[in-house]
Amino acid sequence: MQSVPTVYYVALSAILFTLGVLGVLLRRNALIIFMSIELMLNSANLVFVAFAREFGQQAGQVFVFFVMTVAAAEVAVGLALIVTIFRAKRSINVDDINQLKG
Amino acid sequence: MPVNVETVIFFLLAAMAIGAAVGLLLSRNAVHSALFLVLNFAVVSVFFLFLAAPFIAMVQVTVYAGAIMVLFLFVIMLLGAELLRGGASGRWHSALAVVLAAGFVGVLGYVAFFSGIAPEALPNVDAGFGGPQLLGMDLFQTYLLPFELTSLLLLVAMIGAVVLTRDARTRSAAGPGARP
Repeated sequence: MQSVPTVYYVALSAILFTLGVLGVLLRRNALIIFMSIELMLNSANLVFVAFAREFGQQAGQVFVFFVMTVAAAEVAVGLALIVTIFRAKRSINVDDINQLKG
Repeated sequence: MPVNVETVIFFLLAAMAIGAAVGLLLSRNAVHSALFLVLNFAVVSVFFLFLAAPFIAMVQVTVYAGAIMVLFLFVIMLLGAELLRGGASGRWHSALAVVLAAGFVGVLGYVAFFSGIAPEALPNVDAGFGGPQLLGMDLFQTYLLPFELTSLLLLVAMIGAVVLTRDARTRSAAGPGARP
């Protein structure tokens, strides 16, 4: 039935994760950086599910469930922070947010 | 490499997922980025269906592609931030980031392909594997404490979001103890 080797899923997940890292490194828009973080979390989920299938264990899928919950909480708080920062500075460029810089 | 329908579909979908991720990175309009991310999440949920995780696939569509991305689009449009350039990073910075990312994916790929993961012979799984019933049994028996803790986490996140986005005016009007 299932014939795509697990290692292909791991490789795809590695590529998606790296694209997320690139998004965090290259873009200066805080919203895009947040979306890239979601991309990384999602690629980790893909590998969890792939190994759950490989070993026939559901624990991996349960972990994906928890990761999704944490991602939802993180997005709620993060977007609230971004809205507050935008209100104060009229910008969501992460290079402008340097008031704590020594 | 076994060439069959499923492998072909896998590579088509993988190309779509990677293309959507690249679109997220490169598009100048934040709304387009968000829609590319929705496409990526949808494709990954199809992968979840392939991997015998139907419940997780549906949660992916409703929670990620539905709720979280609607929240993103809402904030983008609320701030009117769709066309903010966000400034360009320096050339050497970008080049260094690309080189480091290439090295990173190289290491990950090396580990993946030479780690001795069995390339074939996945075990057969039961009919209900990854379905709501068996997953619910796991969640409410083995993982009951973490499950309850996530409800606490969501409550804290909800309170945090409300407190953070309160206006300064309403904060000072809230009571004598409130800071100006």
